Amino acid sequence: MNINTKKVMKNGWRIAKDRNITCLRIRVPGGYLPVKLLPLIQEIAQRFGNGTVHLTTRQSFEIPAIPFENMTEINSMLSPLIEELEVKIGVKIDDLSKGYPSAGTRNVVACIGNKVCSNAVFNTTALAKDIEKIIYPNNPHVKIAVTGCPNDCVKVHMHDIGIIGQVEPIYEASRCIGCQACVKNCHKVSTGALSFVNNKVKRDASRCIGCGECVLKCPTAAWTRGGQYYRIVIMGRTGKKNPRLAAGFLEWAEREVVLKICANLYNYIDQYIDRSLPKEHVGYIVDRTGFNLFKAEVLRDVNISPKTKLASYLDFAGYTYDKNVVYKN
Amino acid sequence: MKLGYKFNSEAFNMLLENLKKKHRVYAPILLKGKGKFSDTDLVGYDEISRIEEVVFTHKSYFSPKETFHPITQTLFYFNENDYREPAVDEKGILVFLRSCDIYAVERLDKIMLENGTTPDYYYERLRNKVKFIVMDCQDGFESCFCVSMGTNKTENYSATVRYENGFYLSNVLEDIDGLFSLYGEQVEVIPHFVEANNQIVNVPQNLNLEAITENPIWEEYGSRCIACGRCNVVCPSCSCFTMQDIFYEDNPNCGERRRVWASCHIDGFTDMAGGHSFRRNNGERMRFKVLHKISDFKKRFGVQMCVGCGRCDDACPEYISFSQCVNRLGEEEVEKRG
Ligand code: SF4
Ligand code: SF4
Ligand code: SF4
Ligand code: SF4
Ligand code: SF4
Repeated sequence: MNINTKKVMKNGWRIAKDRNITCLRIRVPGGYLPVKLLPLIQEIAQRFGNGTVHLTTRQSFEIPAIPFENMTEINSMLSPLIEELEVKIGVKIDDLSKGYPSAGTRNVVACIGNKVCSNAVFNTTALAKDIEKIIYPNNPHVKIAVTGCPNDCVKVHMHDIGIIGQVEPIYEASRCIGCQACVKNCHKVSTGALSFVNNKVKRDASRCIGCGECVLKCPTAAWTRGGQYYRIVIMGRTGKKNPRLAAGFLEWAEREVVLKICANLYNYIDQYIDRSLPKEHVGYIVDRTGFNLFKAEVLRDVNISPKTKLASYLDFAGYTYDKNVVYKN
Repeated sequence: MKLGYKFNSEAFNMLLENLKKKHRVYAPILLKGKGKFSDTDLVGYDEISRIEEVVFTHKSYFSPKETFHPITQTLFYFNENDYREPAVDEKGILVFLRSCDIYAVERLDKIMLENGTTPDYYYERLRNKVKFIVMDCQDGFESCFCVSMGTNKTENYSATVRYENGFYLSNVLEDIDGLFSLYGEQVEVIPHFVEANNQIVNVPQNLNLEAITENPIWEEYGSRCIACGRCNVVCPSCSCFTMQDIFYEDNPNCGERRRVWASCHIDGFTDMAGGHSFRRNNGERMRFKVLHKISDFKKRFGVQMCVGCGRCDDACPEYISFSQCVNRLGEEEVEKRG
C-alpha cells in the first residue's frame, strides 16, 4: 500500500498501530453537537469501522478500524458534518467533499457553560465557535480551551491558550441586608476578596477573580453581574519533557482581545517555529524565544483596556521528567 | 357600570409623564442581565417612564414592598450633640402591583401601624404616600395560590391596568390629578382577576401546636434548608428589620442609624445580647416562619399573613415549597381527625 502519511494525517486521519487500518477524527467545536449528526457518525462506524467510536478528551469522536481504501468515500460523506459544525459558524473550507482540510490545530474544547451550569459566567460554546472560526483550518499544533468559571472543569490549564470567564460583580449597598453570605462564601470557595465593614460589604478588586459566587449567593440582588471578561492562561502542557500547568497571562480582558490574541498566535508561530523539526509545539517555541518576544507578538495591535492586567512573567508550575536536561555536566 | 378609560400607548405614556410630575412611579420591569445566572434577566421593581417597560407577562421576582419599605433606610444622622433626619422626598409613590400584593401591603400595615402602641413613624411616613395601580391577573402563574388565600380580588386601588388588543384598559376608582380622564377615552372596564390557580392550598384551621412542634417534617426541612433567606426577602408580607448604628470610619463621632430588612431564616436573626440564639436549627426556623404565616399572625390580626403570591416557592434554591408544606400540615390534620 502506498499512502502519503503526512497528507493523510493533515486530513484528520491517523497512522494507527494496525497496518493498513486508520481512524477518523471528527472535531466538535465547543463540544456542541446537534444530535441529527449522530446517525452519520453511526453509519460510518458501522459500515467502515468496527461499530464503535472513541470519545476523545478533546470532545471529538474518533472512529477506529477503518481501512485506508475507504478514506475518499468517507471524506465525501462528511460534508453535512463539516457544513453544520464548521461552515455554519463561519469557518472557510473550499471543498467540502475532501474531508477535513487540516488537523494540527486541535478542536477547541469548552465546558457546558451557561447553557446549563449555574456557575458559568458566560456562554462558552459561543466563544469556542468564534475562536474556531479564527484559527481553523490551520496546521500548527495548538490546543485551545474555554471554561465558564475558575472551577475550570475542562482543564484549560493544560492548554496552550486557556480562557476562563470572569464577571465583574457590581454592589448596590442600599440593597444589602448584611447577611454576609457573600463574604463567607468568597472566603470559603474563592479568594476571600470580600470583607464586612460597617455593616456593608467591601470588595478588594485586586483579589477578586470574578467567579460570580457573591452574585449567586446574594438573596437581595445587592450583587449583580457587570461586564463579562476573560482570564487567559497560557502554555500549559503534558508531554514527555516538561508537563506544566498554564500560567496566567491576562486578566479582565475583553472578548475582542481574546480573539485577537488567538489570531496573532499564528503569526508568532509562523515567524519563530523551528522548521527543521517535523513539528514544534507552540509551548516549546515560547520556551525558546522567551516570554517578552511572545508577548510583543501576540499583543500586536491589541487594544488593552486600563481594566486589563498583564502578567510580567510566566509563573509556571511544572517539572521536567529528565533532570539531565536541566542539570547538564 | 365600572368607570374606566382606554389608552393607546402614546396616551398612556402621556398619562405617566404627567403622573410623574407629582409621583415616583414604580413597576415591575425587565432588569437586563441582572438575573442571578449569567445572561439572564430579572423582573424587579424600578421607576418607569413608559408603559412598555412594564412586564405584565411574568410575576416580579422581588415584591413591590421595597418601593415604600426600603431594604436600607437611614433613619437619622448623628454626631456628639445632635441628630437629624434625612429629608423626605416630596413626591407621592405610585406602585404597579397585583391583587395579592395589595393584600400583602395590608398585612404590613397591620404589623407596622397597628402592632405597637403607636404606628411606626418611618413606615407610616412613606406608606401614606402610596397609591396602587393594580395589574390585572389573567391566568395567574405556576406557583400562585391567591385564590386559596382569598387575595385574588381587590377593590383597594386607585386604578387597574391591563393590556388588551393594542390598548391599555384601566378601571379607575380615583382619577389621580384628573389625569386618567384627561388622557383616556371613557369606556367600561371590568378588571380581570383570576378565579382559580394551579396550586390549591388548604390552610389547616385548627393546628395542634404541640403536635406540630414534634412533627418530623421540620427535621426533613432542616436537612434541606440552607438558611439563605431568599424566601423572606422576596415575600411581600415579611416585615422584619434590624437596626444598625454606623460610626463613620473617618470620624467615629458622626454616624447614622439605619434599619435594614432581616430574615428569620438567616443566622443571627434571633441572636440576643449574651449570645443566646433561639431557633438555631434550620428546621425550627422553617417551622417558625410557616406557623407565623398561616397561624400566629391570624390569631392576632384576624387574617393570614401569607397572601399566596408563591414568590417563596419560586425563589428557594433548594426547591422547598412553602405551599406544599402548608398542605402537608393540613393533610396530617385531616388524618388525625379522621
Ligand atoms: S468550569 Fe465552571 S462553568 Fe464550566 S462547567 Fe465547570 S463549574 Fe460550570
Ligand atoms: S466574584 Fe468571586 S472572588 Fe470576586 S468578590 Fe465575588 S465571590 Fe469573591
Ligand atoms: S449576600 Fe448580599 S445581602 Fe448578604 S451581605 Fe452579601 S451583599 Fe449583602
Ligand atoms: S409566604 Fe410565600 S406565598 Fe406567602 S406571601 Fe410570602 S412569598 Fe408569598
Ligand atoms: S429560600 Fe429555601 S433554602 Fe433559603 S431559607 Fe428559604 S426555605 Fe431555606
